[in-house]
Amino acid sequence: MSWKNYFSTSIGKKILVGATGLFLVLFLVVHCYVNAMVFWPDAEPGKHFTEAAAFMGGNVAVRIMEIGLFLGLAVHIIQGLSLWSQNMKRRSVRYTVSAGNATSKWYSRSMGLLGTLILMFLILHLYHFWAPNRYGQAFDPAWKEEDLYHKMIAVFTPLWVVIIYVLGCVSLAWHLMHGFFSGFQTFGLATHKYKGVIRSIGVAFAIIIPLIFASMPIYLHCVGNCGH
Amino acid sequence: MALNSKIPAGPIDSKWKTYKSTCKLVNPANKRQLEIIVVGTGLAGASAAASLGEMGYKVKAFCFQDSPRRAHSIAAQGGINAAKNYQNDGDSTYRLFYDTIKGGDYRAREGNVHRLAEVSANIIDQCVAQGVPFAREYGGLLSNRSFGGTQVQRTFYAAGQTGQQLLIGAYQALERQVALGTVTMYSRHEMLDVVVIDGKARGIIARNLVTGELERHFGHAVLLCTGGYGNVFYLSTNAMGSNVTAAWKAHRKGAFFGNPCFTQIHPTCIPVSGDHQSKLTLMSESLRNDGRIWVPKKQGDNRKPTDIPEEERDYYLERRYPAFGNLVPRDVASRAAKERCDAGYGVGSSKMAVYLDFASAIERYGRVEANKQGKPNLDKASIIALGKDVVKEKYGNLFDMYAKITGENPYEVPMRIYPAVHYTMGGLWVDYELMTTVPNLYALGEANFSDHGANRLGASALMQGLADGYFVIPYTLGNNLADDIRTKAIPTDHPAFIAAEKEVSDRINRLMNIKGKESVESFHKRLGKIMWDKCGMGRNAKGLQEAIKEIQELRKEFWSNVRIPGDINEFNPELDKAGRVADFLELGELMCIDALQRNESCGGHFREESQTEDGEALRDDANFMYVAAWEFKGESNFELHKEPLNYEVVHPSARSYK
Amino acid sequence: MQHYNMNLTLKVWRQKNNKAKGGFETFQVKNVSSEMSFLEMFDVLNEQLVAEGKEPVAFDHDCREGICGMCSMHINGRAHGPWEQTTTCQLHMREYKDGDTIVVEPWRANSFPVIKDLVVDRTAFDRIIAAGGYVSVNTGNAQDANALPIEKQKADESFAAASCIGCGACVAACPNASAMLFVSAKVSHLALLPQGDPERKVRAVNMVQQMDTEGFGSCTNIGACEAECPKGISIENIARLNREYLGAVFSGSAQG
Repeated sequence: MSWKNYFSTSIGKKILVGATGLFLVLFLVVHCYVNAMVFWPDAEPGKHFTEAAAFMGGNVAVRIMEIGLFLGLAVHIIQGLSLWSQNMKRRSVRYTVSAGNATSKWYSRSMGLLGTLILMFLILHLYHFWAPNRYGQAFDPAWKEEDLYHKMIAVFTPLWVVIIYVLGCVSLAWHLMHGFFSGFQTFGLATHKYKGVIRSIGVAFAIIIPLIFASMPIYLHCVGNCGH
Repeated sequence: MALNSKIPAGPIDSKWKTYKSTCKLVNPANKRQLEIIVVGTGLAGASAAASLGEMGYKVKAFCFQDSPRRAHSIAAQGGINAAKNYQNDGDSTYRLFYDTIKGGDYRAREGNVHRLAEVSANIIDQCVAQGVPFAREYGGLLSNRSFGGTQVQRTFYAAGQTGQQLLIGAYQALERQVALGTVTMYSRHEMLDVVVIDGKARGIIARNLVTGELERHFGHAVLLCTGGYGNVFYLSTNAMGSNVTAAWKAHRKGAFFGNPCFTQIHPTCIPVSGDHQSKLTLMSESLRNDGRIWVPKKQGDNRKPTDIPEEERDYYLERRYPAFGNLVPRDVASRAAKERCDAGYGVGSSKMAVYLDFASAIERYGRVEANKQGKPNLDKASIIALGKDVVKEKYGNLFDMYAKITGENPYEVPMRIYPAVHYTMGGLWVDYELMTTVPNLYALGEANFSDHGANRLGASALMQGLADGYFVIPYTLGNNLADDIRTKAIPTDHPAFIAAEKEVSDRINRLMNIKGKESVESFHKRLGKIMWDKCGMGRNAKGLQEAIKEIQELRKEFWSNVRIPGDINEFNPELDKAGRVADFLELGELMCIDALQRNESCGGHFREESQTEDGEALRDDANFMYVAAWEFKGESNFELHKEPLNYEVVHPSARSYK
Repeated sequence: MQHYNMNLTLKVWRQKNNKAKGGFETFQVKNVSSEMSFLEMFDVLNEQLVAEGKEPVAFDHDCREGICGMCSMHINGRAHGPWEQTTTCQLHMREYKDGDTIVVEPWRANSFPVIKDLVVDRTAFDRIIAAGGYVSVNTGNAQDANALPIEKQKADESFAAASCIGCGACVAACPNASAMLFVSAKVSHLALLPQGDPERKVRAVNMVQQMDTEGFGSCTNIGACEAECPKGISIENIARLNREYLGAVFSGSAQG
């Protein structure tokens, strides 16, 4: 069988979703680590964060890895949605009464929906923070890395943005609640011995990371509106 | 017509060897031209179809279920015997042969049974090679347990699901041949007649149960692997669909029916709970390894079983049969239970049950476990908790099943059990080559009569089904077909096919046009009641004569008053069932006729007229040491042919388990 | 155990054949004993229908002791009803009380087309087994059964996977109508034994391809299959199938 065939079976596609998913989990760790520097008690607010962001923005290696990140994201989204739409067609006549939460978790059944919500949030998020800097970097000879700390304060000043970001984090939390374990299961690592540990770590991860992320817009909203 | 059993000459332990090395063979190119029809896909059918496919024959396999994997062999729980002597407890081919002959109460053929014992070891090898996950010891080797009627441990098992695992093994081998194109599978198809051309079976008429269409299928030979007919009793441990139809059609086309009255009543089943009951559930015989059977010493004792003190309990099997105790053969255990209940000692609301008690086994295992864990002074409650865990590991699935059906917890209160119809030793008469009296028509497994005499020992049915399918028919079929290689496939527009199809179609139309008032189910229940009351665990001349009359009347009523809804050309389970019950109504009569002529008690056949002073079965070797093979001569008209049984090796004696 | 009788309302899916459009029909069933099994309650209904000159409800069933895998009802939203690790035939009426309404549907999946009423076609499972769910050993090829010791724990795990009854509840319960639990049970059963080892990679790949060809959905690790499996087959087997598949993908041989 060719490589293409291996990855076009249902398991093959799922492996791609799982692999990219776990890769995105790693990205979340890095992203969270860098961004959490907004909480650093600097004399000059946001100094640590701004430096780190500038490093990430200016470093060639990071920029190359970013291409990988976007490719991974694209594969995750396309394969995920294609599996979801295929699976939707496997039962033309639906049950009149369904088991609901008696046999499975709602978020496990709603990965397509949660993923789509995250995607919508992501578009806004990239528009806010990624596009301006990267656009300038690519096309403006006079470009200089924008101070993201103050940009964040500006973006998070209106309450509706904060709400959307928090909702994005909530979607992410539920997505991870299933996705973290699911990724390991897809790679066959959730064996009898390890599955309990993986599940626990997954739950912890799904709570802690989105919580840290969600606290940022709230915190900066406060900073922007009320000062320190 | 004289019956020729074709037992090879020579000493008992070389008959099969000689046969195998001298039988005729079919060369591979010719095998590809020979078409074989296999009806039924249980252990015998699936293993035969797979093996013949591997050898290169063109096989067509049929089953009425939606998948070959559902055949009722799947429900066998306890295990499969094989003379491996892995336990070093003195087992041997001869001992398995001897136990089977004795267990069958000297009504089986020595030649067949010895062959069965010889190939038993190969079966285990074959199954393990297929990946059947038998129970194992910590050292990685196969585990064994003991079963009724033997004093060695020769039973191989896979928890309480041995039949399932063996059938899945055979089913997988079958599906492998389906993928290779040597076997074509027809599921949801029911065989409704055999086509006989120039005196030989050359095909079948089958009904596609989804569309209702009749189909003609040619075969150079036809193998019936269609199981037993215990459902003639309505309530039995058989599956709802198990039926005699294929065998009965063959019988009507000239195949003799052997020992139809030999029925096995299994001692440990969950008792009947009410009129709604559709089937009875077996609790594996393996439970008798550890469970103790008892009734109260006082008649009509209504106390809870746990309130009845030890000294007021009658462990009647241990009392009557000290040598084998709770592990006496099935017929003996069943009759003993019936005797106690009839005498008024039965328990439960119906008073037609006895207790199967695990309390002492739980305590015994608990102590062993406590010692193993280095805690010999543990309190009783903890010991019992440990013991329950051990029992759960050994019999958990059976205990769960009991709890689901009865709503009682068998770890706390003793189970209530009662005998139920389980297996039919009788079946189509076959010779040593498994061929019926119709040339080229074979019967394998429970469908034939050959190996178990008047009573089958536990864990021997799986052995026989697989022996016939894997190791016997591949040789014997070739020996016969070697003379048939010049026979070209007969087109299915041959007049014999047309006539057979018309006969089937006419009968279906007749059934549908009765348009009476009573359901098929109701007739089946009424037949079952007659059979159980008068041709069940105890039989007598008067009852049997009555039963024959009653069945004839019931049959008449059936053919004038049965109501079958739906149409012919659609999926119509009521119609399928009607055809089967119509055949049971003919078979039931023959069973009673056979039971009436056999005026002796042997194995599962207990004639009340023929018993010893202390109520044990009394065999009459002088007059009845033969196989009763019945020829169909028309409605209610059967002619008896006797095949004498010659015991060259084993000397029949009174069967004692005391 | 106190026994009681009850009257029930049944809403049952009726469909004449595969081509026809189906719909629900409502029945009243009276005097159902709490001791009956669920299928015996259906027997009562069907006897009632025959007496009224109507066509009985078609449903698959055979052994009625939870092992043949033929029964297949979706009861109030649950494959094989609400009891854990229980087939429809072993579900008993003491679960219900007088006046209850029970909705009964067939297994619903495009790969399990309805034949009639509650009867569906599950031959796709046979074809998946035919694609590789076996050990390629001909009759008579075997060595002595004890020539190859197998670690007890592995044998037990293999047995646990092999206890699948092929009923299709996993497909019925899965929101994606995926057959992964069924396929993984067979792959695990054989991969855990040395006898199944030589073909393990080819087997995993071929069975997965056949599963896709049959039109089952893909596994997204939801876990409803495990919750509904009457034999308690674990999704650890799905993890193992994924491992087997990955092993085939990254092995060096041409066949996988």
